[in-house]
Amino acid sequence: MITELGHFALILAFAVALFQAVVPLVGAYRRWPGWMAAAEPAAICQALLVAFAFAALTWAFVTSDFSLRLVWANSHSAKPMLYKVTGVWGNHEGSMLLWSLILALFGAAAALFGDNLPATFRARVLGVQGMIGLAFLGFLLFTSNPFLRLAVPPFDGQDLNPLLQDPGLAFHPPFLYLGYVGLSMSFSFAVAALIEGRVDAAWGRWVRPWTLAAWMFLTVGIALGSWWAYYELGWGGFWFWDPVENASFMPWLIAAALLHSAIVVEKRESLKAWTVLLAIIAFGFSLIGAFITRSGVITSVHAFANDPERGVVLLAITGVFMGGALTLFAFRADDMASKGVFGVVSRETALVLNNILLGVAAFVVFVGTIWPLVSEMAFDRKLSVGAPFFDMAFTPFMVALGVILPVGALLPWKRAKAGRALRRLVPAALLALAVGALLYALQSGRSALGPLGLMLGTWLVAGAATDLWVRKGNGGLGRLRRLPRADWGRVVAHAGLGVCIAGISAMLAWQQEDIRVVQVGDRVELAGYALTLEAVNRVDGPNYVSTMADVALSRDGNAIGTLHPEKRVYPVAGMPTTEAAIDNGVMRDIYVALGDPQEGGGWAMRSYYKPLANWIWGGALLMALGGGLSLSDRRYRVAAGAAKAPRTEGVPAE
Amino acid sequence: MRWLERMVDCIRPWLITLAVLLLTGLAVPTPVLAVQPDEMLEDPVLEARAREISQGLRCLVCQNENIDDSNADLARDLRLLVRERLQAGDSDEEVVDFIVGRYTEYVLLKPRTSGSALVLWLAGPVMLLLGLGLGVGYVRSRSRRGSDPEGLSEEEEARLKEILGN
Repeated sequence: MITELGHFALILAFAVALFQAVVPLVGAYRRWPGWMAAAEPAAICQALLVAFAFAALTWAFVTSDFSLRLVWANSHSAKPMLYKVTGVWGNHEGSMLLWSLILALFGAAAALFGDNLPATFRARVLGVQGMIGLAFLGFLLFTSNPFLRLAVPPFDGQDLNPLLQDPGLAFHPPFLYLGYVGLSMSFSFAVAALIEGRVDAAWGRWVRPWTLAAWMFLTVGIALGSWWAYYELGWGGFWFWDPVENASFMPWLIAAALLHSAIVVEKRESLKAWTVLLAIIAFGFSLIGAFITRSGVITSVHAFANDPERGVVLLAITGVFMGGALTLFAFRADDMASKGVFGVVSRETALVLNNILLGVAAFVVFVGTIWPLVSEMAFDRKLSVGAPFFDMAFTPFMVALGVILPVGALLPWKRAKAGRALRRLVPAALLALAVGALLYALQSGRSALGPLGLMLGTWLVAGAATDLWVRKGNGGLGRLRRLPRADWGRVVAHAGLGVCIAGISAMLAWQQEDIRVVQVGDRVELAGYALTLEAVNRVDGPNYVSTMADVALSRDGNAIGTLHPEKRVYPVAGMPTTEAAIDNGVMRDIYVALGDPQEGGGWAMRSYYKPLANWIWGGALLMALGGGLSLSDRRYRVAAGAAKAPRTEGVPAE
Repeated sequence: MRWLERMVDCIRPWLITLAVLLLTGLAVPTPVLAVQPDEMLEDPVLEARAREISQGLRCLVCQNENIDDSNADLARDLRLLVRERLQAGDSDEEVVDFIVGRYTEYVLLKPRTSGSALVLWLAGPVMLLLGLGLGVGYVRSRSRRGSDPEGLSEEEEARLKEILGN
């Protein structure tokens, strides 16, 4: 019954989305206040209906209602509760329902917090958001309905893919979707502005918080996914340049470019057409990401539950939204002439450079991702594009970005003197050089990757500190606390990039590994640590059987602790997984994975010393935190609160 | 929708291979885990070269994994083959050429810079030049509107002060 109600709510939401996609837009065109005002309740109503449908599906999963085809295919009565809940989005239909839910929630948030927007503009934003909602709810109902029943309910389910039964991966999709779908708001704002024919500083200010929020969630989502890969796949890789990873990375890069160029629109009324274009492209990459993930045309490790037919529908949705928005853009591009004038050396120029580098980097990732398909279809040449290509083709742009970033952040708007900014950065540059030289001398004879990477990381962090120092001026430490949150956000996010770059280069350059057969009682020496295999036991989990080893970790005779690497077998899904054991540290991780039992006795064991591993995800979290700080800046809160006053005055008049 | 059929046709053999391998793979009790101790060569220099080469070769039945990381049996065969060739005295290039000769260039994770793949390699640099060109054009057009009504440069401000004050 609850399931049928959920199904019905989803159909109602589809109808409401249709209403929301038509009525406010007509109202805005005709200037009918009543029709425009209909957008708000429609958006909220749509969100409530989709939320109800989602709750109904969650209920079916929680109560293990195997009469639902989706629950039967992706759940099991013995599965832990956490994964019963997260199993809702661990499959195609459920994840698209989550996507629609987040889309509707963003729409409702725009309706609730959009008081400060002009009436016609708000109606258009919500109208466009309604169109996107309509497309995805239609996709859900007609190609991927999660509420289909089985005529004869089976006794138990087939269990969720064991790789997905993991806390890191459980929360990876919701964050990613918050990011992907959050970019739909930037898109709706861009299209609404194009229909309206006006892009000004206020538009920049409205679109930036939504982009910041989306980018922040995307950062956390990507970091969670990468962290999961690190500890789950058994050899501690953290990024594979897999098509699906790329699908999340492209919108991230474009969103990063967008939130920088939106500042230029907000502060200087320049780069308007470009910013609108970026907003459209950012969401376009989100849609392409959905297509790549869901269609499986590009083979990838992530491609669970996909089929090409659905992919075509997603491709059509992408085509319609991108085609429509870009056509509109072509008609309106002339109305968006820049106003601000600035010198060749200025923060504006630095941000243009930032946008070029991020844009080209995203383009390289895009070309590399689709090239196997293009090559096969157009040139009849089957080839692979993998990590070595991306490492080589993508990295230079990020290095260039890292090098110019601290300089750009110190340049004032309009007109700047390069010498002045550079002089202030002398201490940061010296520190970076010293770190690089010291590490180069210490490591003797290995590749320059480590020292150069840490040099760049130091340059970024020290550059961010310099930025803070300059912003503080002569005001003492009290002034630091009174700095706008946006300044803190910028500094923290830029330092986060430095930390992340340092972590990646240190791990790639100085990782040590040991792969060997060990008998119980054997000792492995690795980078000054000693690992002793003490026992291997069989342990029963709720829905799996585990072979768990006890590995004692010590350094110079001092015990640090016992690690428990596992090999699990999930009998229902018929799938083994590796659970690596990690001793986390600030400066290094010790990572142990248990392999197979050997014929002559003993176990294959892989141990790794991974320097600065946690800096990778720490840096990503710092970036997200920086985004959050900027988001809480006074000027956005004031912008949201300022409109409260007139509305309360308006109530008696109604 | 011919292109679609074409697209589906392109991936069909791989899906079938994958399905067959998954099914047959299930019969094996547990999959092997990437490089195994028994595969590794005694000579650390040779082994390091083998690892390096392995990381650039695709496991053909996997989805975007290199043979060094992969659990598949075919990846193991390829790892052993790489080591065999190295022990026979092949240079790194010769080993890779040998494998490509057997399994086509699909096995290379880093495509060669030849023929149509040049487009892939040049896409980034060309786009960067294009972007820089457009960027330079934009910045110059913005800075050339000389008489900026809203702001004065520091020199101008200093000069203004000089004229007005002293």
